[in-house]
Amino acid sequence: MQITDETIDYVGILAKLELSREEKEQAKKDMTNMLEYVGKLNELDTEGVEPMSHTFSVHNVFREDIVTNGDDRENMLKNAPEQKNGAYNVPKTFD
Amino acid sequence: MDLSLTAVELGRKIKNKEISVTEATTAYLDSMEAKEQDINAFVTMDREGALARAAKVQKLIDEGKLTGPLAGVPVGIKDNMCVNGMLTTCASKILGNFKPTFTATAVEKLEEAGAVIVGKTNMDEFAMGSTSETSYFGVTKNPWDLERVPGGSSGGSAAAVAAEEIPYALGSDTGGSIRQPAGFCGVTGMKPTYGRVSRYGLIAYGSSLDQIGPLAKDVTDCASILEVICGKDDRDSTSVKESGDDFTSALVDDVKGMKIGIPKDYFGEGLDPEVKENVLAAAKVLADKGAVIEEFDLSLVEYAIPAYYIIASAEASSNLERFDGVKYGYRTGEFADLHNMYKKTRSEGFGAEVKRRIMLGSFVLSSGYFDAYYMKALRTKALIKQAFDKAFEKYDVILGPVAPTTALKLGESLSDPIKMYLGDIYTVSVNLAGLPGISLPCGTDSKGLPVGLQLLGKHFDEKTIIRAAFAFEQTREYKRPEFAAERGNV
Repeated sequence: MQITDETIDYVGILAKLELSREEKEQAKKDMTNMLEYVGKLNELDTEGVEPMSHTFSVHNVFREDIVTNGDDRENMLKNAPEQKNGAYNVPKTFD
Repeated sequence: MDLSLTAVELGRKIKNKEISVTEATTAYLDSMEAKEQDINAFVTMDREGALARAAKVQKLIDEGKLTGPLAGVPVGIKDNMCVNGMLTTCASKILGNFKPTFTATAVEKLEEAGAVIVGKTNMDEFAMGSTSETSYFGVTKNPWDLERVPGGSSGGSAAAVAAEEIPYALGSDTGGSIRQPAGFCGVTGMKPTYGRVSRYGLIAYGSSLDQIGPLAKDVTDCASILEVICGKDDRDSTSVKESGDDFTSALVDDVKGMKIGIPKDYFGEGLDPEVKENVLAAAKVLADKGAVIEEFDLSLVEYAIPAYYIIASAEASSNLERFDGVKYGYRTGEFADLHNMYKKTRSEGFGAEVKRRIMLGSFVLSSGYFDAYYMKALRTKALIKQAFDKAFEKYDVILGPVAPTTALKLGESLSDPIKMYLGDIYTVSVNLAGLPGISLPCGTDSKGLPVGLQLLGKHFDEKTIIRAAFAFEQTREYKRPEFAAERGNV
């Protein structure tokens, strides 16, 4: 399958990545090659095979919703690129 | 101090008061300092923290509060595992300044057993790669030949153990990232069954495939380390409590009657003849010791890599969404608005291979392609697991090579991603099927580079592969790279 400019732009939006013109060209090439390669799976007949996400029959794992960790706000905020009044500071999101 | 000691040997000497924890820690820190300019196995070294910790651990040992085999032994932790207050970068610019506020469960368990963390080891960025060349913090070199890669993604952990900068390390294995570098660097590495070790605090790449495990000089070390780090953890709902976790009880030199299968499809085209020769010679050794060896067709081998890259990339694209310049890590300098900040932060913060996989993952999960790629890969995964289940009805252990070649030259695989991916052919299916695997040295090629032997076991049957690996190991001496031997002890 041939990857078009439109596809790369669309995937860029999904992936939240801004690619330069050269990066886009490279991505087009890489993705075309990769999809051609993984297309090998089409040789396999998987009709009726259940898709498997987990190798063991573990389903829902429940626990009581009890807070066990303490308030670590100050330490966590130390990692924030920007903070204000004990909260993460982000660019304006709406007017 | 003799740096060629194994972790368990060093632990014993510490216990017997032949070496103090501070002496041992200082010796390895000095060794790191002397060798790092050649190897670059570490992103972070923590002399001050390690020495303070060493004194504390010594006190606990003296008080009789720490009695385990690893008490006082220094360790390196792969830089994708969180350690409270210690820089944890995933070898990425985007986490270049990240100091976690908590510690990964596996690391916490090592600390409880008296480990002294001396630093964080280098890796491929976000564990995406098989050469440790995609690190933002520079390439790690192979101590067997400084012009070659150590393998990856746990290349720093493997190289540091081989170079005797540390006695043992933790790594993580998503598609071979413990086993392949162990093979390339001539050390022993183990990927436990999926669920055996908690992933809490391991920065996620492919969550359904990731598993933490040990890299060390021998099988005894690996079994001892695994015994410490395994177990169910409420903070990782995929971790399980399973029996058979007394791994050191399997350190028995006896394979009589053990049924070992050799997949014919692992010995076909693409396998270096010298690797083949060494691995088959290892099988012969086990046969001479009484194991019953038989060849069989595993099937589906060529579909494992395509299925793996679809699943791993899909999970990566989702897991790496969290790096957006808000809560931690790098944020771009200039931006127009929130969305533009996200995009610029991620584009500047991630390296080429990471972006490639995020793009692929986003594509295969996108509407219109989800069924054709992602679901197809999950169906293939089911078939691959079935093929292993069938094989394990007949065999206790599956034996094969770790990688098709020995360590490659630096730069050789960077230009062609698919070529690099093909190097994972014998390792990725193990992650898809959730099986345990061990990689240990079984010889050298004509270039003097180590060849790795891989043994695979049934789910939660690490003990059988430990026993087979231990029995094989008894027939040979541990081989140090000249680099370590020449630099000697400190």
